[in-house]
Amino acid sequence: MSTLSSSGTSLATEKEQRRPRHLGRFLLPTYSWLVIAYLVFPIAVMIVYSFNRVISGLQLVSFAWNGFTFQWYRQWSNIPGLTSAFWLTLRLAIVSTIIATIIGTLLAIALVRYRPPKFRGKGAIEQILFLNIAAPEIVMGASLLGLFVTFNVARGFLTLVLAHVMFSIAYVTVTVRARLSGFDLSLEEASYDLGANPFSTFRLVTLPLIMPGVLAGALMAFALSIDDFVTSNFVSGSSVPFPVWVYGASRVGTPPQVFVFGTVIFTVGIVFAILSLGLSRKKD
Amino acid sequence: MTTSVNPIDSPRTTSSEGAPRANVRLEHVTKKFDDVAAVDDLNLDIDEGEFFSLLGPSGCGKTTTLRMVGGFEEPTSGKIMLGGRDVTYMAPYHRDINTVFQSYALFPHLDVFDNIAFGLHRKKVAKAEIRQRVGRILEIVDLPGFEKRRVNQLSGGQQQRIALARALVNEPTLLLLDEPMSALDAKLRHQMQIELKSIQSRVGITFLYVTHDQEEAMTMSDRLVVMRHGKIEGIGSPKDVYDSPSTEFVATFLGASNLLAGEVASRDGELTSILLTTGSTLFVPTSRLPVDLKGKAVKVGVRPEKISIAPVGATVASNRNSLRGRVRVSTFTGVGNQYLVEMPSGTDITVYAQNIGEELAPRSGEEVLLSWPVEHTFAVTPMESGSDSEELEI
Repeated sequence: MSTLSSSGTSLATEKEQRRPRHLGRFLLPTYSWLVIAYLVFPIAVMIVYSFNRVISGLQLVSFAWNGFTFQWYRQWSNIPGLTSAFWLTLRLAIVSTIIATIIGTLLAIALVRYRPPKFRGKGAIEQILFLNIAAPEIVMGASLLGLFVTFNVARGFLTLVLAHVMFSIAYVTVTVRARLSGFDLSLEEASYDLGANPFSTFRLVTLPLIMPGVLAGALMAFALSIDDFVTSNFVSGSSVPFPVWVYGASRVGTPPQVFVFGTVIFTVGIVFAILSLGLSRKKD
Repeated sequence: MTTSVNPIDSPRTTSSEGAPRANVRLEHVTKKFDDVAAVDDLNLDIDEGEFFSLLGPSGCGKTTTLRMVGGFEEPTSGKIMLGGRDVTYMAPYHRDINTVFQSYALFPHLDVFDNIAFGLHRKKVAKAEIRQRVGRILEIVDLPGFEKRRVNQLSGGQQQRIALARALVNEPTLLLLDEPMSALDAKLRHQMQIELKSIQSRVGITFLYVTHDQEEAMTMSDRLVVMRHGKIEGIGSPKDVYDSPSTEFVATFLGASNLLAGEVASRDGELTSILLTTGSTLFVPTSRLPVDLKGKAVKVGVRPEKISIAPVGATVASNRNSLRGRVRVSTFTGVGNQYLVEMPSGTDITVYAQNIGEELAPRSGEEVLLSWPVEHTFAVTPMESGSDSEELEI
């Protein structure tokens, strides 16, 4: 009897739901594509205008379409300040990513595995990580500058690395930690059981298994570093990274090579993102 | 351990000079978690080549005991010896012990070959020998040619065999198995029980098996212990522990038992008479009575399959105990009949009668006479607390 009445109600609800469901079939994709367009449109503009001819004497970006050209891709390194800023940014991103990934991964493992009393201050560290992500970057940048000035540290590549590692660690930790939270500890016990010491176990079992998380964290650190302007502007001193250089140049007029670099960075980023997605799918 | 001798082909025999050398010995082992003793002053000797089971409900300390032997937990006090060596505080990667984990814990990023070869690689065994030994162990667990498979492509039963192979290929002194069958369905479990037992007798390695499944423990073990609250309640061969349970807990946990409350009345040489609270008298062999129970409350037990059911007027031989009752429920189960027979006191006695073609199936409501041989009667001290009912449902 109860089965009868329950199937009756389910029929009724199905009828009621039919119309909105039909509407949803059309609404959801439209909504999604609008959001995607909103996100992608500025990038599309950059890519398109990296192929734009310049007619006036000054080789600066103009937002009138003058015809298609590969000129700026051929002459990508014609502006010495821009090129050296780009290489600096790349070096900075690679170095700070490696350091932040190592520190952030180890911190994530510590936070997942250990609790007080073995790990005193665990709660404080978690709060600081959150603050580090939530705090306005301008505050961090200004206070870092204050710190470096107080201790008389010359601003340059070193201070840039220190700053970038600092704001990347929290992102790496959060990403790796998500991967670790589902980690079956008996896998490590099995490794010990089969004669592997803690170091071998980390190298042969733990690290390969959390690698997708580590790579995702590294990718995030890299992306954060390569486009950081606010903090870098405070601590760069005489070494000018790409975003800082572009900001300076845009006050006068942006050379089209900026769009070329932007397009290349974006393309490389897309390729990495697709690779990482493919990798994490394969692992699972 | 020598690598040239393969115990898989040459089963170990117990040493010739009399008693087998104690392979594993636990001396006064206690493990406390936050002042609660999970394992409480445990003493245990496991012989070389033995299939030994730790049986008990969840929370009885069996898994903690296994983890201490494996080196994954340190005892709060006590000593663990392996082949005469003190291994109490030795790291698991230095112990000559391998484990089959409950979740199998196969490495998902490695294929079957690399999983099985993991331990051999750690021991720096030559590549050619690794290939040969992995191939041979895969034949033993009946999965030849599976080397290149990914572990997540395997079924539960196959994963379990690979986990067994990964442990056995190292030819350890002792193999620990932590409820390895719990994820398998009933049919596969039964098949694997028989297979595991046959593999164990072929390789001759000592097996320490943890389970909460009493049938599983009885099917495979040479000896077993029944644990409760971190202590041993009964130890011996499955037959001894089943036929002469040492405590009420063992009597009810290992198989089914009918337990009737009473009091020791008189001891007469080989037989002790027990006066039940209902007024009837039953006899128990004195040898199967816990010592020093005269005048004390006991419970008299008999297994349901030991009881014969007969019409009221039937004569009962003098070496049998008998009780009268009325059939309350009669159930046909195919292999036999199960009866619930109500005593005048109101308690039920369960009786299993095998279906061997006799016409004598009493109906419910009929008065019957139950009888069973005196030698199949046992007596236990009653359990103090009633708090175990929850555990028994497992």
